[in-house]
Amino acid sequence: MSGQFEEMPLAKALNAGLRKAMEDDKKVILMGEDIGPLGGVFRVTEHLQRDFGKQRVMDTPLAESGIIGTAIGLAMRGYRPVCEIQFDGFIFPGFDQITTQLAKMTNRHEGQVRMPVVIRVPYGGHIGAVEHHQESPEAYFAHTPGLRLVSPSTPHDAYWMIQEAVASNDPVMFFEPKSRYWHKGPVDLSGNGAELHATKVVRTGDDVTVLGHGAMVNVLMQAAEIAAGEGRSVEVIDLRSLSPVDYDPIVESVRKTGRLVIASEAPGFVGIPSEIAATVTERAFYSLEAPVLRVSSFDAPFPPAKLETTYLPDADRVLEAVDRALAY
Amino acid sequence: MTDSPTTVQLLDANGVLSTEGVAADYLKYVDALSDDQLRTFHRDMVVVRRFDREATNLQKQGEMGLWVPSVGQEAAQVGSAYATRAQDHIFPAYREHAVGMIRGLDLIHIIELLRGNTHGGWNPAETGNFHLYTLVIGSHTLHATGYAMGIQLDGRAGTGNPSSDEAVVVYFGDGATSQGDVSEAFVFAASYQTPQVFFLQNNHWAISVPVEVQSRTPLYLRSEGFGIPSVQIDGNDVLASFAVTAKLLDDARAGRGPQLVEALTYRIGAHTSSDDPTKYRSDEELQSWVARDPIARFEAYLRSRGESQQFFDDVATEAEDFAADIRRRTLELAKPSTDKIFDHVYSEEHPVITEQKRWLADYEASFGGGA
Repeated sequence: MSGQFEEMPLAKALNAGLRKAMEDDKKVILMGEDIGPLGGVFRVTEHLQRDFGKQRVMDTPLAESGIIGTAIGLAMRGYRPVCEIQFDGFIFPGFDQITTQLAKMTNRHEGQVRMPVVIRVPYGGHIGAVEHHQESPEAYFAHTPGLRLVSPSTPHDAYWMIQEAVASNDPVMFFEPKSRYWHKGPVDLSGNGAELHATKVVRTGDDVTVLGHGAMVNVLMQAAEIAAGEGRSVEVIDLRSLSPVDYDPIVESVRKTGRLVIASEAPGFVGIPSEIAATVTERAFYSLEAPVLRVSSFDAPFPPAKLETTYLPDADRVLEAVDRALAY
Repeated sequence: MTDSPTTVQLLDANGVLSTEGVAADYLKYVDALSDDQLRTFHRDMVVVRRFDREATNLQKQGEMGLWVPSVGQEAAQVGSAYATRAQDHIFPAYREHAVGMIRGLDLIHIIELLRGNTHGGWNPAETGNFHLYTLVIGSHTLHATGYAMGIQLDGRAGTGNPSSDEAVVVYFGDGATSQGDVSEAFVFAASYQTPQVFFLQNNHWAISVPVEVQSRTPLYLRSEGFGIPSVQIDGNDVLASFAVTAKLLDDARAGRGPQLVEALTYRIGAHTSSDDPTKYRSDEELQSWVARDPIARFEAYLRSRGESQQFFDDVATEAEDFAADIRRRTLELAKPSTDKIFDHVYSEEHPVITEQKRWLADYEASFGGGA
C-alpha cells in the first residue's frame, strides 16, 4: 500500500467508507434500527444522519423483514439501500425476504431489474454478549444463489469493501466481525482496495496454509506467529469473499504448502470451510500431503458467554490442526 | 365476513345504481365515466373470464403446470385497475390477470409463468408499471411499500399536481393478512406516510381455510389499528371498486398517506388447478356468490341504460377470439434455452455461474450434436 494512511478502528473505517459512498452517490441510503442519532449500537453510522439527513439515514421500525422488504422496493425505484441488521441472531426474521425475494429478484426479472442492496450484519463472538448476539450465520446465505457474501478483517479492507459492496449491482451481505470493530489499523484513503471478491494471502509461508475470514484472520495470524517460533512456516489467507470464493490464490497456496487448515467461528457441519475443503480437494488433490482439516466451533448453539472462549476456535486449536496436518 | 351498513355498494345485485348513504360520496367518480369507459369495464371483465376459462382448459390438457383462476373477482380487479393512472405502480399477488391486462401486460406472460417457461420475466417499465407476480404470500406488500417510500424520497407525491403525482397499489388476499410481512408493511406505510393503496381482495378462502380462521374482526378494521384509513366495498361491484380506489388513490397521491380497500368478493373456482374446493366449501355458499356475479350485475346495469344486444354479442365474439389467440400462442411457446438457468442469477460476472454454464455446454456437446 502506498499513499495517504490514517490509523482508525474498523468501525470508524466502515463509517468513513459509508460516508464516502453517500457522498459519491445520492441514491445511497442507509436504513436500520437505531442508526440515526444513536449511530447504531456499534456506532458504525455515527453522525451520518446529522450530516445527510433523516431521508438518507432512516431509523426504521423494529422489523427486520420490513427493513429488507422495503429495501427491495427502494432498489426497484433506483435507490441503493444499505440495511443494518443490528445483530447476527436477529437476521432470521428477514431470512425469507433475503432468500426468497432479494436473492431472486434479478433472476425473476431476467436481468431487467437490479438489486443493489447491501445488508450489513455485525457477526461473531468474543464480545461477551447474551444469546442471539454472537452468531455466525454466513452459511445459510452462502447456500442461496443470487447473493454475494463478503467479510473484511482489517480497517483498510472495511473502508474499501463497503464502498465496493454499495457500488455492486447485486445484493451483497456484508458480514462485519464485531469483535474487531475497535481494533485500529492503517487505512490507505488514497489508494484502492483489493477487488471485492478477491482472496488475499496476508502472510506467506511454506509448510501449511491456514485460511479464514473476519475475526478469525487475526487468530490465524497469532497462530502463524506462534508456529514461527517453533520453526514452522505458516501461510495465512484472508478469504474476504465468502461467495463467490476466489479459489485461485487458495489452490496456488495449497500447491506450494501441500496442506490446508480452514478455520471459522461458525458451527462446522455444512459450513463454508466444508465447501472450500471439498473444492480444494477436487482441484489440488495431487498437491495435498494431508487431508484438508477444518477448525470450527462446536455443532451446538452458541453457549452462554462465559463459555465462548472454549466454544470458539483459538490459536491453540488452529495450531493443533496444523500439527495434525504436518503429521501426515 | 358479510356486508355491513358501511360497505360501499354502488350497484346492487340486480344492477340497480344506488345513490343513497355511503354510495353518495363516490358517485362523482362514476358520473365522470363516459359510456365508452363503462363498456370497457364490461368488455374487460368478459374477456378476462374467457381467458381464464381457456387457461384452465389448457392446464387440464397438460399445457401448463398450474393455473390460478380469477373467476368471480373480475369486478374488484377491473374497477381498481382503471382507477390507477399511468404513472402509478402496481404490485400484484398472483391472481390479478385482469389488472395486468389493463395495465398493458400481454397475458401470454402469465401463461409463460404458469407453463414453466419463466419466473415472470416481464419488465415492469414496459408493462404499465405492473410488477411481477409474487408467490410467497404477502412478501410483495413490503416491496410495494418500499417503492412508495422511494416515490416519497423522490418528491413525486403530494406536490399538488395530480397529473404527475404517483402512488402504488398493492393487491393481496385475506390469507395474506395473517402474514407478518403484511403487518410490517402496514407499520412502514403508516410510519412513513407512503403514497399507496393496499387493495385487499377478500375472496373468503385461503385455499381451504376460511377467512374466519384468519381474522375475528372485519379485515378492513385491522389496518385502522395501524393508522391506515380503510373502506370496505362490495368487491363484485365494478363501479364501487373503481370509485373507491380512485378516491383513495387521489388521497394517496395528494400526500394524505396510505389507504386500504377491503373488497368483499369470492373465488368462484378453485384456489389453483391443484385444488378441489368441493372438499371444503358448501354448494349453498358457492351458489349464494354465483348469484352476486359481477359480470351479470354490470350487464344488467348497462342494459338498463339502453346498451344494445349487438354490443354484448360483439364482446362475446371478441372474448372467443382472444381465447383462441391465447391458445394458439401457448401451443407455440418453445422450451426456454438452458442459458436461462444461468444468465440472470447475478447482474455482474460470477465465476461459479460462468463455470457451471460452460460445464453444461461441454457436457451436452459431449453427446454429439450440441445442446
